[in-house]
Amino acid sequence: MSLDLVANTVIGGALTGLVYGLMALGLSVIFGVVRVVNFAHGEMMTIAMYATVALFSALDLDPFVAVVPIAAAFFAAGYLLQAGLINPFITRPEHSQFMLLVALAIIIVNALLMAFGPDARTAQLDYLLDPIELGPLLIDRGKLAAAAVACVASAALFAFFRYTLTGTAIRACADNYLGAAVVGIRIRHLYALTFGLGAACVGVAGCMMVLLVDVTPALGPAYTLLAFVIVIVGGLGSLTGALLGGVLIGVSEALAGVLFVPSAKSMFSFALLVLVLLFRPQGLLGRRT
Amino acid sequence: MALLEVRAIAKSFRGLKAVGGVSFAVAPGRIAALIGPNGAGKTTCFNMIAGALAPDAGEVRFAGARIDRLRPDQICAAGIGRTFQLVKPFAALSVLDNVIVGALNRTRRSAEARARALEVLEQLGLAGRRDQPAATLTLADRKRLEVARALATGPKLLLLDEVMAGLRPTEVDQLVAVFRRINGETGLTILLIEHVMRAVMALAREIHVLHHGELIASGAPEEIVRHPAVLACYLGAGPP
Amino acid sequence: MNRRAVQWLGALAALLIALPALAGSYLLSLATLILFFAYTGQAWNVMMGFAGQLSLGHALYVGVGAYAAAALFVHFGIGPWAGLWLALALCALLGAAIGFLAFRFGISGVYFALLTIAFAEFTRIGFEHFDWVGASGGLFLKVAQREHTDLVNLRGSPAMFYYVMLALTAAAFGFCAWLARSRAGYYWLAIRENEEAAQALGIHTFRYKMLAVLVSSAMTAPAGVFFAFYYNNLFPEQIFNISRSIEIILGPIIGGLGTLFGPILGAAVLTVLADGLTELVAAVGWEVPGVKQVFYGVVLLGVVMFLPQGIWPALARRLGIGASGGR
Repeated sequence: MSLDLVANTVIGGALTGLVYGLMALGLSVIFGVVRVVNFAHGEMMTIAMYATVALFSALDLDPFVAVVPIAAAFFAAGYLLQAGLINPFITRPEHSQFMLLVALAIIIVNALLMAFGPDARTAQLDYLLDPIELGPLLIDRGKLAAAAVACVASAALFAFFRYTLTGTAIRACADNYLGAAVVGIRIRHLYALTFGLGAACVGVAGCMMVLLVDVTPALGPAYTLLAFVIVIVGGLGSLTGALLGGVLIGVSEALAGVLFVPSAKSMFSFALLVLVLLFRPQGLLGRRT
Repeated sequence: MALLEVRAIAKSFRGLKAVGGVSFAVAPGRIAALIGPNGAGKTTCFNMIAGALAPDAGEVRFAGARIDRLRPDQICAAGIGRTFQLVKPFAALSVLDNVIVGALNRTRRSAEARARALEVLEQLGLAGRRDQPAATLTLADRKRLEVARALATGPKLLLLDEVMAGLRPTEVDQLVAVFRRINGETGLTILLIEHVMRAVMALAREIHVLHHGELIASGAPEEIVRHPAVLACYLGAGPP
Repeated sequence: MNRRAVQWLGALAALLIALPALAGSYLLSLATLILFFAYTGQAWNVMMGFAGQLSLGHALYVGVGAYAAAALFVHFGIGPWAGLWLALALCALLGAAIGFLAFRFGISGVYFALLTIAFAEFTRIGFEHFDWVGASGGLFLKVAQREHTDLVNLRGSPAMFYYVMLALTAAAFGFCAWLARSRAGYYWLAIRENEEAAQALGIHTFRYKMLAVLVSSAMTAPAGVFFAFYYNNLFPEQIFNISRSIEIILGPIIGGLGTLFGPILGAAVLTVLADGLTELVAAVGWEVPGVKQVFYGVVLLGVVMFLPQGIWPALARRLGIGASGGR
């Protein structure tokens, strides 16, 4: 097992992990703030991936360009979904909300299956084919570019929450729902806005993910699970935690894939989930409630 | 011998002292009250007696045996029943079913539990509402349900946490009459936390006063209402 | 139960017993499928409807039960009735493990659901590499002739399988009805409604939650054994798949959580409608994979949004059986 191989695997895993992290960031925002258990998170990601592939094959649209309209569309869709469909469920028993999103997830995955079939789809960008050589290291251009976009999107989200008035209001809602309502914050609008932002993250992540893997409808449930694992490992309520968790999972999955049987690599993520749930349920960077 | 003995129990929450070295005892068959301003530590004491919290120091003895390290369900099995300040009915279940759950503490058989539950509902005046879902009850009835449920477990000691709060004077009197009757007929020992002085004076033979987590006075009601420390911190000196 | 309920139940029982004589082979296989989902739904319902713990990984128990019995049969020639014991033991053990981890460490709600998913997925991937039972290539039972009925080895006609499943479902129904009236049944409801209050009434909540999980997981094992001997082939990707877990819960959710008839009604409605849809779609020439699942999703969505208590409570009122026919 050469050091080069390990190094390349780690780097590749970390870059992929940043894209995972962006996806998980969306869930952290949705689950952490709006308290919606988004069991359709991975499915939303898959829609974004298919949209990117479709735009690419039909209109020759470069994913790096398509990411903007896709993000906007996802923001709008997320806003409407929360305001229209999910909002009434906040007062209902928890399992009702799960079932709502499970139902959506089922519909999405199978609608995609009906529309696109079970075969893998992909978007090949010629200018990303050659890896970058850095001494003994080989860095995949596609991964690097995708990770870069993921970082930019994450930074934008961080800045929004830190420096804008709306962002602060959203953080207030997350901290103390009743208190926020009492001071006049329009909770419904903010919840919808937050969901929209989370969805936009997913949109960008999905768009970039196309550069890293082939798309099949079965990715939906797999990514939903992955997103939850990352958010729990990284810590609910911590945005940095989501990114960190993403990188951690990306690297460990990549290493597990090389050290053990590749098809068994997600077993590692599940084992990690169980361990975190047992011994450190607040995750790496989450706050202990 | 006292039925309930609390010896120097203390509890702090992250450095904030809620209860510091409180001791008192309740004789069997007595009705005693724990009073004091808000934040004095009364419910924390209850929670330590009922096993919901473990004391940082001190002991709690019931019928001579130590109970302060037991789980809440073990304490109920030992013979202590409790109500909660914010009532916790089993909302989706009927009134009768709520009380049956309590009655099942004494018997495994559902038929027996049902019979016992009906008896208790009669005592509390809830028999007419027995098939109603608990969620549809008024506050007064929910409080009565809470008491009925705890009574159905067949306790020797009943802990009542502000059970009169939010009730109208007539409702208070009704509930006081129920407790008086049960205590008279069965000798059930009762320890109650109360702010409603009407109920305290009508029921309690003995009053313990807490303030800032410390016991500042203990004694018969006539003494307590004239006690200077109690007047200063809680009851007020009266019109000038 | 009131008189009308007994009458309806009697009519249903008569119909179910006479079905193989009345129905063709296709309808019979459909009925068997309905009973399968009614049974597994009933088993899942014990954990969720009674004790309020949401399991989204119940396919784990079907799969383990199936593989246990099948492996014993294929490798050692041990019949399903003996294999059933291993299946029960393994499923109970798994349930106990999940329950212990969850309840000892205070995991509940969505985290508990995720825990169950993780276990199922972990097992799925594990079995895909488990060579002794065929790994991802699958495990196959020899399909014996269907003419004569061999109950000992569960080989026989579709009618035999139907009756086996009917017996299982009836037993499950009776068992759950008994459970609901027992002390455990009351205690589970109490725990589901308010765990703190339940403790104050003398209920050892950890023990009873464990009991619910154990009963639920062990109860699912026979369904797995049936599955193995009915379909004669097992693939980890299919049997442990999260879609199977979701199929299991659709019946109870649509029919009515925590009720006795809910899982059965939900399974029936869903299977019949789904099958009708498949026929319709085939007739229109629109045969695309995924149509049936989209339909499941839409029905689930509709029920969750408009009939959150499920179909059974409303139907029971209509039929005059009483609003809590079986609670």
